[in-house]
Amino acid sequence: MGSYVPSTQEQRKEMLAAIGLTSFKELYKDVPADMLLDKPLDIPEGMSESELAKVLSKMADKNRIFKTILRGAGAYDHYIPSIVKSVPAKEEFLTAYTPYQAEMSQGVLQSIFEYQTMICELTGMDVSNASVYDGATAAAEAMAMCRNRKRTVTLVSATTHPDVINTMKTYAFGTGDEVRIVPARDGKTDAAALKEMLTEDVAAFYVQQPNFYGQLEDAEELGALVHEGGAMYIMGCNPIALAIMKTPFECGADIAVGEGQPLGLPISYGGPYLGYMATTEKNMRKLPGRIVGETVDSKGERAYVLSLQAREQHIRREKASSNICSNEALCALTAGVYMSAMGPDGMAEAAKQCLSKAHYLAGALCAAPGVELVFKGDFFHEFVTTLPKQDEVLCALEKEGILGGLPIREGVLWCATEKADKETLDKVVEIVKEVLA
Amino acid sequence: MKLVFEKSVAGRKSQLIGKCDVPEVKLPEKFVRKTAPDLPQLAEVDVARHYSALNRRVHGVNSGFYPLGSCTMKYNPRVDEDMAALPGFTGIHPLAPKYATEGCREVLEMAGDFLCKISGMDAMTFQPAAGAHGEFTGVLLIKQYHKSRGDEARTKIIVPDSAHGTNPATAAMCGFEVVNIPSAPNGCVDLEALKAVLGPDTAGLMLTNPNTVGIFDENILEITRLVHEAGGLCYYDGANLNAVMGIVRPGDMGFDCIHMNLHKTFGTPHGGGGPGAGAVGCKSFLAGFLPKSAMMDGEGHIQVRSFAGNFLVVVKALAYILCLGKEGIPEAAENAVLNANYLMKQIKGTFEPAFDRICMHEFVLDLSEFKKETGVSALDVAKSLIDYGMHPPTMYFPLIVHEALMLEPTETESKETLDEAAEIFRKMYALAKEDPQYMHEAPHNAQIGRPDEVLAARKPVVRWKKQ
Repeated sequence: MGSYVPSTQEQRKEMLAAIGLTSFKELYKDVPADMLLDKPLDIPEGMSESELAKVLSKMADKNRIFKTILRGAGAYDHYIPSIVKSVPAKEEFLTAYTPYQAEMSQGVLQSIFEYQTMICELTGMDVSNASVYDGATAAAEAMAMCRNRKRTVTLVSATTHPDVINTMKTYAFGTGDEVRIVPARDGKTDAAALKEMLTEDVAAFYVQQPNFYGQLEDAEELGALVHEGGAMYIMGCNPIALAIMKTPFECGADIAVGEGQPLGLPISYGGPYLGYMATTEKNMRKLPGRIVGETVDSKGERAYVLSLQAREQHIRREKASSNICSNEALCALTAGVYMSAMGPDGMAEAAKQCLSKAHYLAGALCAAPGVELVFKGDFFHEFVTTLPKQDEVLCALEKEGILGGLPIREGVLWCATEKADKETLDKVVEIVKEVLA
Repeated sequence: MKLVFEKSVAGRKSQLIGKCDVPEVKLPEKFVRKTAPDLPQLAEVDVARHYSALNRRVHGVNSGFYPLGSCTMKYNPRVDEDMAALPGFTGIHPLAPKYATEGCREVLEMAGDFLCKISGMDAMTFQPAAGAHGEFTGVLLIKQYHKSRGDEARTKIIVPDSAHGTNPATAAMCGFEVVNIPSAPNGCVDLEALKAVLGPDTAGLMLTNPNTVGIFDENILEITRLVHEAGGLCYYDGANLNAVMGIVRPGDMGFDCIHMNLHKTFGTPHGGGGPGAGAVGCKSFLAGFLPKSAMMDGEGHIQVRSFAGNFLVVVKALAYILCLGKEGIPEAAENAVLNANYLMKQIKGTFEPAFDRICMHEFVLDLSEFKKETGVSALDVAKSLIDYGMHPPTMYFPLIVHEALMLEPTETESKETLDEAAEIFRKMYALAKEDPQYMHEAPHNAQIGRPDEVLAARKPVVRWKKQ
């Protein structure tokens, strides 16, 4: 049996004696006797550290590690610098609790304050929270910020990631509100349809940028329509793209949310990820979740604290703006380290390379017979193509250690990040051409 | 200490990614941002030293005793970190073909199976990313259940006033009206108060057992029976599972759905406030309502987060459960309870427990009389503990005890640590009699003095700005 209990059998006897008991059983005298488990749990016997390491390593080995990943769709394979891995692994950052005692937690609080600032810089917004669970829940929580007594409907573009749409629908189911989908046209939001759907009961419109198909939406035009219709504008932006792309603030967004996984978090079969939420000063008090603020201490020195806690569940209970308690603090720290290590130039370079490599791949693939772009608008690092003999092609790529684009209804959704090198991209095209010959 | 932005020097950078080996493509002008984001410009040594300095201003459970009641700050095993860092887990795309992700699904299935056995449930999801997120999911199971029965009348969720704030907040997020019931003088559910609010409008009850004052409610079977009789369902808040895992199962207490905090009971690290994982389990009649991912599993189910949840956190919890096994799980629970009772006994005679009886894995001290005598509050005691290098216990929770300090040592503390902690509490007691003013101004030797939280709320400064 493995155990992390330090006390020896003798010490346990001593402690029992100190409280006037002789057996562990007596500690549970309040539990109805027939409820006590009378046989051991039906799980395996415990094991030593080396044995469990073997078991889990064997499980990990059952997964196939692809050397090159050309699939995005909400999980992006970027280069993670070594320092971005080592900082969050430091034992204090890793094993600390929520920084409720500011006098002992300035390290955590300051790192969150810095993260908040960086998110504001990326999005152009005035205030960010300390994070929420992921981009999908960030979109759902943003929905709740916009609702009021008269306006309870949220419009969501059909070009949004299906998991995000489904999560927003679920949160709306919770509060009894409606989500309506704005149709797409040629892989982008149908602006004419949006205009018609902006009725007086609409609280907000959400669009993903770049969208699920990788297409760049006409975000400013959509925003203008939304505000004309009296609703609020929520944008869900890719944070790497934001290094060079027009900010949600510049596009007129009221709330900026998104999936922060590309900022130094491994794809790890879907989690843990990172939801960022930022907004204008006007909407600050509607933001859910923790926010770190700056103040001074009793000696007049600069200090950081959890602030504006009157929004939160531990104060307002059923009147809280959200039930969120734990967030993704260590992931936010990771993102902060990533943005500090890469800096503005590094991030712009990563974004430019994503853009360039995706366009290189798209161009080369479309030279293969039967392969063409399904949506022809401007794109960032993802694009959809037709692909004859889809299964055969993807299989051939996988044999070479390459995970190709994702089969979706409209075709195959490819992604290229700064990690993809020209040699591999050329190989991909060669294999595709071979199969399709 | 300087902020990372204050250490920035224009032109400093690292070379972290290679040169672009394909023709450069530019974003069309209409999509280009006007000014670059003002992120710090640093060399790697600057980054390394900045975060080292920050790290020195953080206290983790692997640094020292952390008796935060309701948080289960137990030791976070290092092997769990190594398992979660295996490339065979970190490098896996959630939408890779099934043959390529067998290992991930095995992790989720095995962890789900173990947790079902530990909790007495039939089905499990790991999609929720935290305890509160798990509560949201669990209450949505109840909501879907009543909807499927065509029962529109069930609009209320009952929550005892001892509940964690997330419980009523969750019920509200799920569109329910919250009915708060007062606790009995012994801290447990007042059966008469419960009976008075049960009716055809009862959707369910949310309950923690042992409860938030660290007591196992001996009427639990009657409580769940009454709710079921009224047509409602029972939701178990698993925050306190560490007291009873392997000893008793929530499924045997009459609960229909539960959440467990993997970052509490199952030893995964708290990370300064996440990532956690709120595994949600339920009896088979609710299994069809569990959340899924539209991308991974298709449409037709609720969904609370993208993909399958905080997968790497589940890896850590699985490593922990494999290590402890069938004997280690109840051993952890028993020793958590022993340690709490031992510590409570050692402190008694100075500070008084709110309930003078055998506790479960945590206990609450009531400092209201002490405050009347000395003028020193629970807050003052907590802040003074910081000067002794001890992380303070939970303050002012649960709301049903005044001037509360809640301590949960967990099973991974040694007798020596508990004896030292008790000694420090005795010092606090003596200090309050000698020099209360010193305690009003504590801490004196910490990273900062007491921060002005009122100023922070009145004049919010939530980001750094270049002057």
